[in-house]
Amino acid sequence: MSATNGLAVGHQRDYAGAKLGMWVFLFTELMLFGGMFILYAVYRTTHADDFHYAAGELDTLVGTMNTLILLTSSLTMALSIAAMRTARKTVSIVFLVLTIALGIWFMVNKYFEWGAKFEHGLYPNSELLLQRAKGEILFFGLYFTMTGLHGLHVFIGVVVLSVVAIKMANRPYDHIAFAGEGRDDLRGARLALLDDSGRRLWASEPMDDSVKEVSVRVKYLPVPRRIRREDFAVLENAGLYWHLVDIIWIFLFPLFYLIT
Amino acid sequence: MANQAMTVTSASASFYQAKSRFPGILSWVLSTDHKRIGILYLVSLLSFFLVGMSLGFLMRLELIAPGRQIVGPQTYNALFTLHGVIMIFLFVIPGLSASFGNFFLPLLIGARDVAFPRLNLLSWWIFVTGAFLAVLAMFTGSGPPDTGWTFYAPYSIRTGTNVVLATFAVFVLGFSSILTGLNFITTVHRLRAPGMTWFRMPLFVWGLYATAWTQVLATPIIGINLLLIIAERLFGIGVFDPAKGGDPILYQHLFWIYSHPAVYIMILPAMGVISEILPVFARRTIFGYKFIAYSSVAIASVGALVWGHHMFVSGQSYAAGTIFSLLTMLVAIPSAVKVFNWVATLYKGSIVLEAPLLFAMSFIFLFTIGGLSGMMLGVLSFDVHVHDTYFVLGHFHYVIFGGMGMAFFAALHYWFPKMFGRMYNKKLANVAWLVIFIGFNTLYMPFLVLGWEGMPRRYYDYLPQYHTPHLISTIGSWILITGIFIMLGNLARSLAKGERAPANPWGGTTLEWTVPSPPPVENFKEIPHIDRGPYDYTGAASK
Amino acid sequence: MNDNDTERERAGFGVYVLSWVALLILTATTVTVAGMHLGKLSVFTAVIIAAVKATVVLFFFMHLKYEKPFFRTMVCIALGALVIFIGLTFTDILYR
Repeated sequence: MSATNGLAVGHQRDYAGAKLGMWVFLFTELMLFGGMFILYAVYRTTHADDFHYAAGELDTLVGTMNTLILLTSSLTMALSIAAMRTARKTVSIVFLVLTIALGIWFMVNKYFEWGAKFEHGLYPNSELLLQRAKGEILFFGLYFTMTGLHGLHVFIGVVVLSVVAIKMANRPYDHIAFAGEGRDDLRGARLALLDDSGRRLWASEPMDDSVKEVSVRVKYLPVPRRIRREDFAVLENAGLYWHLVDIIWIFLFPLFYLIT
Repeated sequence: MANQAMTVTSASASFYQAKSRFPGILSWVLSTDHKRIGILYLVSLLSFFLVGMSLGFLMRLELIAPGRQIVGPQTYNALFTLHGVIMIFLFVIPGLSASFGNFFLPLLIGARDVAFPRLNLLSWWIFVTGAFLAVLAMFTGSGPPDTGWTFYAPYSIRTGTNVVLATFAVFVLGFSSILTGLNFITTVHRLRAPGMTWFRMPLFVWGLYATAWTQVLATPIIGINLLLIIAERLFGIGVFDPAKGGDPILYQHLFWIYSHPAVYIMILPAMGVISEILPVFARRTIFGYKFIAYSSVAIASVGALVWGHHMFVSGQSYAAGTIFSLLTMLVAIPSAVKVFNWVATLYKGSIVLEAPLLFAMSFIFLFTIGGLSGMMLGVLSFDVHVHDTYFVLGHFHYVIFGGMGMAFFAALHYWFPKMFGRMYNKKLANVAWLVIFIGFNTLYMPFLVLGWEGMPRRYYDYLPQYHTPHLISTIGSWILITGIFIMLGNLARSLAKGERAPANPWGGTTLEWTVPSPPPVENFKEIPHIDRGPYDYTGAASK
Repeated sequence: MNDNDTERERAGFGVYVLSWVALLILTATTVTVAGMHLGKLSVFTAVIIAAVKATVVLFFFMHLKYEKPFFRTMVCIALGALVIFIGLTFTDILYR
């Protein structure tokens, strides 16, 4: 492509590169939470009994329910991608919406769970908390920070998946534009659709001077042959992010809820 | 459309003349061209370097004699905090990666741009945002932080100064670093020209690649650490607060788990630059290419295991201290491998004494002094005496400024003709180098002496017995600053008035010298096919 | 573009559902085990089961099983870094 008269060098569309980049980003998320897991490991070791006691305040049922919610949302996410690969676009979007719904359900649970804690006077720096043993203060400090940061990531995931769902609904389509410069190019011409044998399937009216540019927007039905890697690369990468959020919860759940 | 731009028809129109969707300054700050982004970073970094340098100048003025000279103690605490924060987070860490890495990585591997050009632009904008927040922290609210650039708990939790804003600024800057690393990793994996195997890559690329992994894996740890400080100050969660059972030493662990690898983020690209420059000015191939390549990876890996040597007297266990001391001895080995290979490259070469080589050789000399003083610090029993003294300051100014700083100046001179299409005044460049070299040693050698004799760091005042070294040091700072101004003045003037530079003024053999100076926007008319290593001085590749 | 074709055909619906079932079973296991009094071993078992669950998600939902081996190496490097950070920190914590 001509590159001498503009910065339009063209961004390379590299599916494998985008996937690599996403994985590298996931590593940064792993290390971000990892820092807090280091703190948890240390304080759990030095205040084992206090942690055990404080964990009794948490509702194991809600925790388990949230775990099942996220695990199922990972399933629906994977199914959404699998459906897109086999060109079942509607099925794919349905699974994607299910994933989003499960994510929202998770956040609603979290909201009520935290709300209950606050009502009982259990929040960082609360009078009630400060009267407890040091290990319990640390337990709740870590609990709110880690599940809080995780919840923020769920929220971000829900937003991202919603954007992706909207994009998927509009894909796949192609936009081909060509412009005729100068009046003489287009005047008297028609736009026509021809089949392989040259038979005219459809033609427009002849163009006059009022037509300055012609562009064609093609929306095609998703069939497996037409779905390019780039079309669901965004979906796949969003899926990778969502699965990581699930993995983090897989570790948070037993470490906070199951040490009673 | 085409009528608005300059009428450039030939393919050798440089990227400066490329047409953009945006007018004026927007064509720069909204550009996704890695070369423009590299220059945006370069300008930002140099500006912050000058600010940090001014703060250092003021500190040295205050310390020229015992007693108060120009500022009071609280201000002095703010000065050294800001000097550290600005130099480290706004100059050295982005450093060679963001500026020369952005400009030259695609050129060196035969690509048209990095893997994610828009992410690259975002990276720069995040950097600018973080810098803005840091400046805001200086001038708003309760004043600039006085904690030192290390923000140690519990003081950082208790002090009234602008810790939240400052730490948040550093957090934001971390994102910029992470995105650059992510971009470079993907670029090196995906965009190398056909035929460029891993062991045909230039060594600067190896340095950038090893750095990128460190940026990606280590930076999030300080990210979460600083978020926790903010959470402590705002919500009192208690993880670092002794009153609530928290352990301040854990803050130090999390801090140094990043900040030690951070020094390798600072130095690995710099070492890469030295490996680029020496073959060109010795007119022969680098000695031990594979060893240098592997040593970059080794430094990044082993360097992640030694952070506890910053904490020998913090209260951590003797067991940890011993283990970290032993690991610190190991990390010196790959660095030493590089130094030996560089010297071997120069040995019996056809030396061309130009500014890039002068700065590169200064790097080897000064970094060695810094590195050896680092080995001394790594010995636990010795460190107990000199921890938090000027000995440590001497060590890290030698490795960071004498190392990365000299490499930065070297890269500036080496790649100046390629980036700007002009040559600087060579005589003046050599003069500047000499003044810088003399000033540098006059400024920092006394630090090692002062520390040995017991002068503590971050002290606003001192006993009369330390006066003479401090005086010498301050005079050294004036000489150094003079040299820096001569250097920058020379380069600035040459931007407009320097002789036009050809494509390959130095006779280099790496790919950036095969394109015009400055390069066209698409870098290469045709992506080259690579069939040899990067430093082939045996045949037609050399001038 | 063509290197994508070298990916083996990935998991289909069936494998995903099976993985999900496995995850449910593992969750039930970990909840049950938590009820038993294992003392010091309880952290260990909880983490092991969580690690198995994470591996299922990584290998099947995130396709790590079907990616180029380099991706698995990268994951090991990242995890290894974290393990080393925790380990070396514990040389301090345990021996104060």
